[in-house]
Amino acid sequence: MSAQETQIRSDQDETLLSVDNLSVEFAVSDGRIQALRDVSLSIESGETLGIAGESGSGKSTLAYAIVRYLDNNAHVPEGSIEFKGRDLLEMLPAELRSVRGKQIAHVAQNASRALNPSMRIGKQIRETIELHQDVSGEEAQNRVHEVLDQVNIPDPLEVAKRYPNELSGGQQQRALIATGLACDPDLLILDEPTTGLDVTTQAKLLDLIEELKGESDAGILLITHNLSAIAQIADRVNILYAGEMMEKGPVDEVFTEPANPYTQALLATTPEIDSQKDLRAIPGQIPELGSIPDGCIFADRCAFVTEECRSGQIDMESPTPGHQTRCQRWETAVEDPIKSGTKTARTSSPGDVILEADDVHKHYDEGGFVQNLVRDHKPVQAVQGVNLQIREGETVGLVGESGCGKSTLGRTFLRLHDPTSGSIKYRGTDIASLSKSEMKEFRSECQIIFQDPDASLNPRKTVKRIIARPMEMFTDLDEDERNARVDELLDQVNLSGDLKTKFPHALSGGQQQRVAIARAFAANPSLVVLDEPVSSLDVSVQASILNLLDDLRDEYNTSYLLISHDMGVIENICDRLAVMYLGNVIEEGPLTEVFTPPYHPYTRSLLSSIPSLDPHEDDTRIRLEGDVPSARDPPSGCSFHTRCPQKIGDVCETDEPKLETVEQTSNGQQTHCIACHLDDPEMSKPLDEPAENL
Amino acid sequence: MNYLYLGKRLVIAFLSLLVVSSVVFAMTMALPGSAAEIILGTQQTEQSVQQVREEMGLDRPLSERYVDFVIGVFTLDFGDSLISDQPVTEMLIPRLIRTLQLAVVAMLLSIVLAIPMGVIAAAKRDTLSDTAITNVSYVGVSLPSFVSASLLLLFFTTGPLGIFPSGGYEPLSEGFIPWVRHLALPAIALNFVVFAYVLRQTRSSMIETLESDYIRTARLKGLAERSVLARHALRNGLLPTVTVLAINFGWMMGSVVIVEEIFSYPGMGRLIVQAIAERDLPVIQAGILVPTAAFVFANLLADVVYTVLDPRIELGEK
Repeated sequence: MSAQETQIRSDQDETLLSVDNLSVEFAVSDGRIQALRDVSLSIESGETLGIAGESGSGKSTLAYAIVRYLDNNAHVPEGSIEFKGRDLLEMLPAELRSVRGKQIAHVAQNASRALNPSMRIGKQIRETIELHQDVSGEEAQNRVHEVLDQVNIPDPLEVAKRYPNELSGGQQQRALIATGLACDPDLLILDEPTTGLDVTTQAKLLDLIEELKGESDAGILLITHNLSAIAQIADRVNILYAGEMMEKGPVDEVFTEPANPYTQALLATTPEIDSQKDLRAIPGQIPELGSIPDGCIFADRCAFVTEECRSGQIDMESPTPGHQTRCQRWETAVEDPIKSGTKTARTSSPGDVILEADDVHKHYDEGGFVQNLVRDHKPVQAVQGVNLQIREGETVGLVGESGCGKSTLGRTFLRLHDPTSGSIKYRGTDIASLSKSEMKEFRSECQIIFQDPDASLNPRKTVKRIIARPMEMFTDLDEDERNARVDELLDQVNLSGDLKTKFPHALSGGQQQRVAIARAFAANPSLVVLDEPVSSLDVSVQASILNLLDDLRDEYNTSYLLISHDMGVIENICDRLAVMYLGNVIEEGPLTEVFTPPYHPYTRSLLSSIPSLDPHEDDTRIRLEGDVPSARDPPSGCSFHTRCPQKIGDVCETDEPKLETVEQTSNGQQTHCIACHLDDPEMSKPLDEPAENL
Repeated sequence: MNYLYLGKRLVIAFLSLLVVSSVVFAMTMALPGSAAEIILGTQQTEQSVQQVREEMGLDRPLSERYVDFVIGVFTLDFGDSLISDQPVTEMLIPRLIRTLQLAVVAMLLSIVLAIPMGVIAAAKRDTLSDTAITNVSYVGVSLPSFVSASLLLLFFTTGPLGIFPSGGYEPLSEGFIPWVRHLALPAIALNFVVFAYVLRQTRSSMIETLESDYIRTARLKGLAERSVLARHALRNGLLPTVTVLAINFGWMMGSVVIVEEIFSYPGMGRLIVQAIAERDLPVIQAGILVPTAAFVFANLLADVVYTVLDPRIELGEK
């Protein structure tokens, strides 16, 4: 096809990108992995297509296949990828290079690693422009500033001169998107653009993508496991599972009336704020793609499965025009969809205080003698005077953006750090004064579960030895008793006994976290600190882990301190909640009270940053300006005043507000406290009604 | 750049020099025999030895000699040779210059050869050229310098390939060709010591760099592979090589002694060997201290170069 013809065809408003019956295989030592099978999709100019699915479903492989950036062991047995009428799979390397970056921009996930650390931001953007466009140096420079401005980076001239490590995570992601926008591409592929960012940053980034959508007529391919992001931004959604398209259709339809059991299961497993949703985990896990079973690929995990599902080829069916589902039983699924249950409120009333923090401060990097002598060295003030109590059988949530000091506080509670000042009492005794044997007992009673189980489990020990270790250290059980207990624990965390002899690397992320949980419970702890226990896990696995933690708590009457940046997770299992900002607790109270007015302005913005699964929801959300200030040099007065949308005036800059009780329960035990200078009516406005001072 | 930190590093460098000089002083004091005995040879009597010792100042109290020595180190005055009565600095400087010429040429050889070969091996990973280069470097690693030096001497100074002189030195002022002819073989032999390590380090760090996310970003911008390599990979991939070069420089100085001896190259190495045989204490002391100082400052320089190459690293930050 000549270039002229191509021009004519694209003028006729035809499909921008059309992937047809694409399959991708990877050759591995013991055969091949069929990563994508018979995948078709299309994007028109100006349209946003969301692709969702668990990890391992082939989303990123699809994105890389479109830009033809697959590993050397990849092979495309069939299919075509037509971009503006030309098959990308047929292109010569030189042609391909002229498309990449110019017409198709791929914005990778994890911006901090996708930007060259030793090149200034401006130069990285400019490079793309100079490569594809015949422009003068000055024009290129102007374009750099223009795209940086387009992605809402304040002070583009300054930022262009910086190196990636000098930007915050959100700004790095914006700069990477700017690189993609530099040549005004026809197709913009965004691969997990919000993953790994704070909720507040995520919300602003989603706003940006929405804004870009309005400004240009580029097609956007948004790849994410975050269904809420798709609900907010995309026009159409394709659900991918184990390398096959399960459902395709307009976002409105797919999210409100999903016609595929997998889509229904995904929606039921996604936490939502304010919905009292009892998360429903998807049983089983995504299959290995070495050999593809006959019939429906989702059959093993499906709630609607029948014998017929397990044989023959399952084709796409159309419930409505433009809406397709790969399910024979979609009519049943639509009639009686998988719904998450409604949460029943916990009735158990908390017991005595077991752990109590009294005016705890923790400073890092206080500088050496010379540093303090020569210049005014400022320590990192990670925790600045926190009072917090945890009662028996109670789950306390600790929430805030990254860098707010929540993990430091959690570790200080367990004396993994010593506090700089203040005290922590365990059942009335200051843990700093514990003797060696008392300390051992404290260690056995207070356990911790970390975010990344892959890094926290010893890679050279079997599952059995990992779980048995605390029993060896803290209990008098003999070997047979320990073995019996390991079996019991594996059963309690729903792991098969076969895994006992396996090493951690042979397990999936969810299984590893279950092992970490079994280990933590091995010595019957009375308190477990959960430091972001599910944030590295897939959403379908998250739900099952949260449900497991919920069950174990009731069984062992354990207290939890749950550290998380995810309000959805917090809402799911916490009784009480403390919101932290720059080392201070700024709001604390029973979960239901914190989630309803009156709100601290920071809590209000955190809550409203959470995107909803409802594509029709009105967007009256509050966006915080800028990033969290440095903990080396926290703002005077109320530390939130630099970003507060409801700041009153000078008083916020000069006086530090104290935590004051705004509500009290009848027994006087549970109070709702807020540290803010605002008066009650001002803090009591409902979420969707913007405050006056905005 | 953090000047405070740089100052601190300089102070530490001088402190380590002080420590090394004390160790060197103690070691030379512990050497059995003395220059006086060596000079007098078989004709020595107790009286004559005593007399010569007094002339040489070897009878002064240790503490006094130590203080003199340390002051000497920091004023670059190591006293006079016990044997030839020449000031040590005067003896040392021309030889130091010769050895540095040798070391620098050897180092440049490995930079010019090993780094590009490592880069090629990484860029063409798992191809024939990679396998060939990697295997050559295996041979290099397993060949000790005295073997490679002897082999070079054997093949290129006699017989049909005998195009190089078997030893000695010609200053550059005598012309470029004679200078190179005398320098070539010892430099190649010395280069063997570090070549393989530099190559392997370059290859592995380049491979790691080429697999990083930002290289993928560069390729997906539409850049051709050559530009990806030149603009994005080299700078990041060569960082670890800078450190290896600095460490190897010190290591190479250790092999200088052997190589100079084999090629009769009149440099520091031969001077030290000779001085030890003659118990010429000031020469030994200076001969050990000067390369040590070179090593300490080479590493400091590497750290500074590092910060220039990689903006993320700031001297003094943890």
